[in-house]
Amino acid sequence: MSTPLQVTARLRVPVTETDHIRGPLDAPVTIVQYGDFQCPYCGAAHPNLTEVLRQRQDTVRLVYRHFPITNLHPYAERAAEVAEAAGRRDRFWEMHDWLYEHQDQLDPVHLSLGVAQVGLPPDEIDAEVDRHAYGDRVRHDFTGGIRSGVNGTPTLFIGDHRHEGPLDLPTLLTAVDTTTP
Amino acid sequence: MTGPDGLIRPGTPAPEFTLPATPDGRRTGPGQFRGRPVVLAFYPADWSPVCGDQMALYQAAMPEFERYDAVVLGVSVDSLWSHRAFAEARGVRFPLLSDFEPKGEVARVYGAYTPQGQAGRALVVLDPAGTVTWSYLSPAEVNPGADGILDALDQLGTERQVVAR
Repeated sequence: MSTPLQVTARLRVPVTETDHIRGPLDAPVTIVQYGDFQCPYCGAAHPNLTEVLRQRQDTVRLVYRHFPITNLHPYAERAAEVAEAAGRRDRFWEMHDWLYEHQDQLDPVHLSLGVAQVGLPPDEIDAEVDRHAYGDRVRHDFTGGIRSGVNGTPTLFIGDHRHEGPLDLPTLLTAVDTTTP
Repeated sequence: MTGPDGLIRPGTPAPEFTLPATPDGRRTGPGQFRGRPVVLAFYPADWSPVCGDQMALYQAAMPEFERYDAVVLGVSVDSLWSHRAFAEARGVRFPLLSDFEPKGEVARVYGAYTPQGQAGRALVVLDPAGTVTWSYLSPAEVNPGADGILDALDQLGTERQVVAR
């Protein structure tokens, strides 16, 4: 039998143009976030990540990938699919922000209201999500995350490496600055 | 045969055992699943922090394990009643085995028992014949995720093409 494999924590799915990317496309530092819209720790990290992008707007871009832990968070999968439906209409980040800013309103009724607030057609999006038009996309993100060693949410990769520390603003800024070439 | 960390090593036939898995006393063990890969996930205790929880993650990742027809069994020294409440709270539907009496007996046999009186965070993958093909001991505070398990299952798939079952 061969040598035991090590448990790795490196990003194995490279960032492509099919990803949701916020910030300059050619930014020297990429943060890949695996997140769950119903996870309170992701909600807590959201303003810090937004602030990192603001304070390091020339050097950092953020990639968001779905990692709904549906056995813990019953609304997470639908929220992820709704964000994808918004993404189809070039409004992914607006929907993403609404979801993280309204984590107590992710039940289907309030979620539809949120879709309308973002300026998207709720009936049309509900129909797409009901037939899981974006289910494969969400699953694809999740599977890639599992293979990369995502072990909970949120998991961040800064460059190719999993960020192991806390998610407060000073720690994130330091992590980004030490990764910047 | 164990490694420097005491954990059972690849190439070793997995020691057979059964442990209580449900409050009615029904027992479960790897031997019941010969012909399928079995993942033994030893962990220190039920009720570790939400969202980073290893067993909740494995439930979410179950479709990936099922692609390999693999069985996942969680093992800790917690009682069946703790397991039941924990499984309900985290939506865990695969068996959580109770290594409760004699305490930690199975964890000891696999080299996954700690001086703290808990199982270590150890992963052991058995091939369909019941031989250990991969084992990994993670620091207790680090959720090892599922990537190592899936890599081990991948390797099993490759080898099975060469070695007829």
